[in-house]
Amino acid sequence: MARVIVVTSGKGGVGKTTTSASISTGLALRGFKTAVIDFDVGLRNLDLIMGCERRVVYDLINVVNGEANLNQALIKDKHCDNLFILPASQTRDKDALTEEGVEKVLKDLEHLGFDYILCDSPAGIERGAVMALTFADEAIVVSNPEVSSVRDSDRILGILQSKSRRAIEGREPVKEHLLVTRYSPKRVEDGEMLSYKDVQELLRIPLIGVIPESDDVLQASNQGTPAIHLKDSDVATAYLDVVARFLDEDRPLRFVAYEKPGLLKRLFGGK
Amino acid sequence: MSLLSYFFGSKQKTASVAKERLSLIIAHERGTNRTPDFLPDLQRELIAVISKYVNVGPDDIKVQLEKQDNCEILEVNITLPEQPQK
Repeated sequence: MARVIVVTSGKGGVGKTTTSASISTGLALRGFKTAVIDFDVGLRNLDLIMGCERRVVYDLINVVNGEANLNQALIKDKHCDNLFILPASQTRDKDALTEEGVEKVLKDLEHLGFDYILCDSPAGIERGAVMALTFADEAIVVSNPEVSSVRDSDRILGILQSKSRRAIEGREPVKEHLLVTRYSPKRVEDGEMLSYKDVQELLRIPLIGVIPESDDVLQASNQGTPAIHLKDSDVATAYLDVVARFLDEDRPLRFVAYEKPGLLKRLFGGK
Repeated sequence: MSLLSYFFGSKQKTASVAKERLSLIIAHERGTNRTPDFLPDLQRELIAVISKYVNVGPDDIKVQLEKQDNCEILEVNITLPEQPQK
C-alpha cells in the first residue's frame, strides 16, 4: 500500500516546497520508492527546487486529461534512483484538477509500486490545496513561528478534518505532524519569536521536527539541490532527523537551544 | 535606556503577546469554522422522516451542536403539535 502524504500550510512562503523536496529525497535515500507531486497548478516551482526544470515534458494535468501516461510524465531525480517528480502544469489553472483525475493518478502510482507519494500543496485553501489533501493518509503541516502562519495552519487543519476522504468516509483520521520551520533559537531566547512549544500548544498536533532558519536553504534552491543534500549543514541534519522520526525512529530535537558564541567566534566572525 | 528598563521592569516580550493573541483568535475561529456542514442536511432529512408520522413544519425542529471542552453535544429539539381533542 502506498502512503499518501500531503505537505501543507495554508500560508505561502513558509517552506512547503523546500520540505517536500527534502523529505521525499530523505525517504528515497532510505530505499523507499517515492514520488513527489506538485499541486501548484499555474505556479509550479518544485521542478526548480529539485533541479529538473529543463526535463519537464508532460505534467500532472496532461496525465489527468489522458494526454500522457504516468511513465511519460514522471521525471527521475538526478540524485536518487528511486525518486520521481510529477510536475504541475504551468499553463492551465487549478480548475483542471478533478477529484476523479487525482484519485486515478494516485491509484496508478500505487500500481507502479510506489511506497510513498508526497503531495506538495499550493498555498491558500482553494481547489489546488483541497485536492492535495483530499486523499492524504498523513499530513505534514509546515508552520513558521509567526502569527499569520500559525493561524493559517490551524485553518488548514480544520479543512483536513472536514474535507479529506478519511474524514468524509469516517475512517481513521489523517495522521497530522507539525513541522516548525525558519526557527531562530536566539530570537526565541530573546522573547522575540514564538517557541516551537508555543506553536505546538496552539495547534495541538504532534511535533515531527524543527528546521532552523538558515542561509543554506537559499543556496540549495539557487542550485536546484534539495536542502537535505547539503552535507553537514544544520538544515540537512534537521531534515534527516524529520525523516527518521517519520519512520518511527527516536531522535532528540536539535538546533532548538541557543548557544552563546564563544570569544573567538565573536572576534573573528563566522556564522 | 536599558538601565532604566532594567530598574522599572521592561515591556512584555512580543513573543508572549503573539501567543496570547493567537490563542484567543484560534479558539474563536475553531468555534465558528468547525461546525460541520451536515447540520442543515440533517435538519431537512429529520423533518422529512418525522413529518411522515406527525404533522411538523420546518420550524418545529431545531438542531444544534454544542461544544463543552472535549465533548460535543448534538441537540435535536422537536416540537410536536398539540393533539386535537377527540
